[in-house]
Amino acid sequence: MSVKIYVPGDSAALSVGADAVAEAIQREARKRRLDVAIVRNGSRGLFWLEPLVEVETAEGRFAYGPIEAGEIASLFDARFLSGRAHPKAQGRIEDHPYLKSQQRLLFARCGIIDPLSLDEYRAHGGLKGLERALASGSKTIIEDVIASGLRGRGGAGFPAGIKWRTVAATSADQKYIVCNADEGDSGTFADRMIMEGDPFVLIEGMTIAALAVGATKGFVYIRSEYPHAFAKFDAALAVARQGGLLGRSVLGSSHAFDIETRLGAGAYICGEETSLLDSLEGKRGQVRFKPPLPAVSGLFGKPTVVNNVLTLASTPWILAHGARTYADYGMGRSRGTQAFQLAGNVKRGGLVELAFGATIRSLIKDFGGGTATGRKIRAVQVGGPLGAYFPDSLLDTPLDYEAMLAAKGMLGHGGIVVFDDSVDLSRQARFAFEFCAYESCGKCTPCRIGSVRGAETIDKIIAGKDSEKNIALVRDLCTVMTDGSLCALGGLTALPVISALDHFSEDFAPRPSRIAAE
Amino acid sequence: MTRKLAWDDKLASRLIEERKSQAGALLPILHALQDAFGYVDRAAIAPIAEALNISKAEVHGVVTFYHDFRDAPAGGRVLKICRAESCQSMGCEALVEHLRDAHGLKVDRRDGVGPLKVETVYCLGNCALSPAAMLDGQPIGRLTAAKLDAIADEARA
Repeated sequence: MSVKIYVPGDSAALSVGADAVAEAIQREARKRRLDVAIVRNGSRGLFWLEPLVEVETAEGRFAYGPIEAGEIASLFDARFLSGRAHPKAQGRIEDHPYLKSQQRLLFARCGIIDPLSLDEYRAHGGLKGLERALASGSKTIIEDVIASGLRGRGGAGFPAGIKWRTVAATSADQKYIVCNADEGDSGTFADRMIMEGDPFVLIEGMTIAALAVGATKGFVYIRSEYPHAFAKFDAALAVARQGGLLGRSVLGSSHAFDIETRLGAGAYICGEETSLLDSLEGKRGQVRFKPPLPAVSGLFGKPTVVNNVLTLASTPWILAHGARTYADYGMGRSRGTQAFQLAGNVKRGGLVELAFGATIRSLIKDFGGGTATGRKIRAVQVGGPLGAYFPDSLLDTPLDYEAMLAAKGMLGHGGIVVFDDSVDLSRQARFAFEFCAYESCGKCTPCRIGSVRGAETIDKIIAGKDSEKNIALVRDLCTVMTDGSLCALGGLTALPVISALDHFSEDFAPRPSRIAAE
Repeated sequence: MTRKLAWDDKLASRLIEERKSQAGALLPILHALQDAFGYVDRAAIAPIAEALNISKAEVHGVVTFYHDFRDAPAGGRVLKICRAESCQSMGCEALVEHLRDAHGLKVDRRDGVGPLKVETVYCLGNCALSPAAMLDGQPIGRLTAAKLDAIADEARA
């Protein structure tokens, strides 16, 4: 019998040579006349160990990483096929503290199964949620999702079940499920991991949503920066149709549902739900005025559920294990688990799924192990480019929607980017404006003009011109953008800017001393 | 290396025709054209407008709204280098400077066609392995000046 070896096909693993590693293993095995079967799994999310090679043995899956193609012969020499010792050995992967101290509900299968095997998906608990949904019907599904406390994981945190209830209650000849896979926030990669590592859970979640609201057609809008996720998810859709999960009769029922993938085109703003809808319709991705809500008049004017990948992919677990069990995780009004993503200047970057309420510090210290450069942590940006920069004194803030708001930040999509003490927060504040200007859809003035004026004004501050006056101007501008912008891009650009000004004011001080110091 | 075809009105018409009846067909059409030719030629605007029964201004508006669509061939290889926060924290700006100083490659320059075109991208979703880049669609993590040297040399060869 052949030995099963796992080499992730996740694009992060590919970015550090996973394909070459897989080829080298195949070649070396042939040379030694050993029978191996290579599975291209998703990533476990322990990215500092990628490419992470796993071998299946009677005692479990033993891991080795990070592996380079040139080390393969030494792995065979060390008899890694029996899980033996090697300088890169990580032991039984399930026992790895990084994984063991997580609460993986949504990511339970990611990195474990062959992403395109519907049989393995089922064998690891897949489709149980959908089967329950088919048996219980729309009303019960929506009640369950409401009771679970699931809130939108894209960043807005709106209760998913309430959105679904609105769509279900709106009558129309056609309704849509739109999955927002335009994961543009720097520091985030959880959506990508799901699409590449466990695509069926998203398909199952979208199908559950379709049953709940009476939709027959779904779209997944995937950003063009994710060509591998796009290809993998498309391949998964074909397998799902073949396996009777999608099509005229979902799992043999009277319900019809199918999903189409659409590729974005490099516009961050299309992660905003109404821009995304316009983009799907073939227009410029400009933000729409609300009301009407997409739930009432969304894609092509029809009632539409627009949810993030992680929101939709959380529903199979909720349906399979019960709303109460899900709601038992978390704190306050943030129920369940959140896929935190540790990124930037951090030693052990990766995916950490935990119940809401973990602190920023515990994530970057206990999981992340401090900075990659070995220098002191100076700032941590939580929630993507529109999230606040936190100083050391605020790192004990719990990661939940309300606590983050109270700390004048936001949780967003769960990205956590660490900066060491070489960071200059005046530059980061300038970048926040610059990014907003670059990505603004241009529809509303505070965002379109404010972002440009903001960058210009910070330039003056950096140059030491009328610092005090210009800082006051930036603060004023931020108020206008927050209160007057049509969507979160202009409306939240103030978070990184104001947090930088509040917590790192020394970086905005008139320059002479700093220039001399450099 | 992904070889792109020279602009061809006939092929363009076929690509438009095949997609025009999809719901919201414009982006799929533009992607198909850019996939085939490496850019969207101005000559495509009128036939797209005709096929979708919208104005040429609307098509132009969409083509120019999205960062992806090029209005001229890229020439050689395309390296997208991430300059968002996570990659900033790991020194992507120093790498951008290295490309300029050591190889004379300026990011996002619009004039001239060389063997390697370098474009800014904001996030490739590979933030735990920053700095990140993508070369003709292939992801590159833990980017270093040495890796950039190899890419630049290979593109010139």
